[in-house]
Amino acid sequence: MGRTKAFGLLVVCGLLAGCLGQTQTGDQARNADAKEITLTIVANAAVGGKNARGANWIQNWVIPKFTEMQKAKGVTATIKFEQNGTGDEDFKTKVALDLKTGGGGDIVEIDGIWLGEFAQAGQIKPLDEVVGDTGWDGWNQIPKAVQGLGEFDGKRYGVPMGTDGRVLFFNKKLFAQAGLPADWQPRSWQDVLDAGAKLKGVPGVTPIQLNGGSAMGEATTMQGVLPALVGTGKPIYDNGKWQGDSAQLKDVLGLYQKIYGGGLGDPVLQQEANGRQRSFTLFSENRIGILLESDYFWRSVVEPKNGVAKMADRDAAVGWALVPAQRPKAGVGGQDFVSMSGGGVRVINPNTQYPRQAWEFMQFLNSAEAVKESLAGTAQLTQRQDVNDQVLGGDPMLSFIAEEVLPITRYRPGLADYPKVSAALQQATADVVSGRSPDDVAKAYREALVKAVGEQNVG
Amino acid sequence: MDSSGLGVRRAVGFVAPALVLIGIFLVFPALWTLYIGITNYQLTGPAAANPQVVGLDNVIEAVRDPLFTNSVWLTALFVLFSAVIGQNVLGFVLAWLLRSVSPWLRRTTEGLVLLSWILPSTVVAFLWFAVLSRDTGTLGLLLGSPETSWLVQYPMTSLIIFNVWRGTAFSMLLYTSALAAVPPSQLETARLMGASGWQTVRDVVFPHIRGHVLTNTLLISLWTANDFTPFLLTSGGPNHQSEVLPVLIYRQALEGGQLGYASAMSMLLLVGNLAIALVYLRLLRRRA
Repeated sequence: MGRTKAFGLLVVCGLLAGCLGQTQTGDQARNADAKEITLTIVANAAVGGKNARGANWIQNWVIPKFTEMQKAKGVTATIKFEQNGTGDEDFKTKVALDLKTGGGGDIVEIDGIWLGEFAQAGQIKPLDEVVGDTGWDGWNQIPKAVQGLGEFDGKRYGVPMGTDGRVLFFNKKLFAQAGLPADWQPRSWQDVLDAGAKLKGVPGVTPIQLNGGSAMGEATTMQGVLPALVGTGKPIYDNGKWQGDSAQLKDVLGLYQKIYGGGLGDPVLQQEANGRQRSFTLFSENRIGILLESDYFWRSVVEPKNGVAKMADRDAAVGWALVPAQRPKAGVGGQDFVSMSGGGVRVINPNTQYPRQAWEFMQFLNSAEAVKESLAGTAQLTQRQDVNDQVLGGDPMLSFIAEEVLPITRYRPGLADYPKVSAALQQATADVVSGRSPDDVAKAYREALVKAVGEQNVG
Repeated sequence: MDSSGLGVRRAVGFVAPALVLIGIFLVFPALWTLYIGITNYQLTGPAAANPQVVGLDNVIEAVRDPLFTNSVWLTALFVLFSAVIGQNVLGFVLAWLLRSVSPWLRRTTEGLVLLSWILPSTVVAFLWFAVLSRDTGTLGLLLGSPETSWLVQYPMTSLIIFNVWRGTAFSMLLYTSALAAVPPSQLETARLMGASGWQTVRDVVFPHIRGHVLTNTLLISLWTANDFTPFLLTSGGPNHQSEVLPVLIYRQALEGGQLGYASAMSMLLLVGNLAIALVYLRLLRRRA
């Protein structure tokens, strides 16, 4: 038996010796001349489910078209589409685990804000290290600010998939019942709260939905805390430091308290496991008055044909207004109105078997023809200027985003610590929503922040 | 010593496949967890590329972390009420009552109880979600309070009731077979002496099945402490109110990306389990 034990230990030690966190890069031209290739594209999109339009596009247009193009060159291409229809955080976990273990698709669609973490972990690499020459005429069509979504530490990691902007959506039918104007445009937080107080008089209606709590994940940060915070004049990352328990942060938490402690919002909804999806459904059922979201809400949620919470009368019933600063001129840069923006990025897996072909596929995905096709007749702020010029005119909401919102918007800091800060902010709103006082919560938030990023990085 | 007459070499040959499997799927992951637990390994970010050994820092941090202590407390509640009390008592009562009813009723009841045990967790979680959710949940409609979101407003109570429902079958089966070992003559004597039902259970039945009770309690306590199904129902929410240890560990490791820290927590859970197991084993030995 002694021998077996020794053998067992030997096996275990051998396995343990494999060190943590390794990644390898190969030759960029490997398999460049292959006559048979297989590429997999991974997205948080599913036919008939989440982001259905994007999924349909990949499945029914991209794959047949690209396979055909390759066939014309004498290459047999098998393109696989790995569909997902889950929360963004779960999808991120999955992608991180895939990349970490050397697996995953060849092209992966991720949120631009995850880029820093993945890059620092070595799970993705600068584009030119993965595929070699990255020359492409498409770069001229992508505005610098949008290209920045695919960059980290001054290096380009991927190709962005467009951008967005945040506004207050409101239900005009409920507004009419509450005696509020159809061209509503609040000029301060108080204006929003006042409108909420009037909406409270309409039976069965939750006046305001401002995402809060950890269950909503990044949606709380992006559609709640950060737009409010830029409205106080101080962004979350300022002068090289993360904002601690500042007066501005307390104001933001105070706003949450006014909404959720004052009966203007539904605190239970913020804590439910599927609260965000439910808030969409409630809005589409005319049961939420005001909701802060990005244009995604207009394009993919209440969209009458493919939305996840369709509203047949969207064009008549849904209004939008700029997000006001706390008070006029109190916003970041002295602005009256504010917004936050983000966007997805497609990256190439450093472990791909076919780097050159993956880059070719990437260029195809981002060609003017493909981008235009992906819109399926609708409008969206794509990454390409030439496509935007053609399609945005037809949609009043998206033109509004392009013309009114993008000039005043801010982007999240592309730092690897950001997700930890975001989690601390979510926790802070969760605490306020469940009834704790903003002052207590701000203190706890500061402690969490110091623990996450270090005392020296907290302002 | 060599009662089977195999000889050492052949005996080793016979057990080697089993040992290899245990080594790969049990010993190695356990040691690996211990190793990761002393590093600052993360899912993403710089510490994913170059993890550093931080010794016992993770353990110290965990013990001081209010989320961890909250979680230990919730796990203790969960084990005590859903397993030690809930499943144990309900399982015994079912086994005791079903002895004397007609076979078809016994089979039907046993079948239903077993069904809740053998269904896959995801299916069961989905069903309970449908029962407990707001607006259209079955329970809310039955009680005439559709606005109650049971899993949000009463998260731990919901989980405890759920787990009693889910796990009672095992206790019931075990006690059914244990009760068969009680000599009928003693039960008959007790009846003739005029003992009440409770007196019979306490003085006649219990001494016979004491070992079964301890074994059963040990097993269901450990299973419940390690149960991950609560994640499917509440994901630990709202605001950590139902975050039992397995859920906390999962969230820290995969949602928070703190693989090292979460591994240290799982090690603490393992130590806790071992301590519980030792207490039970000691009790069992005292009986012997």
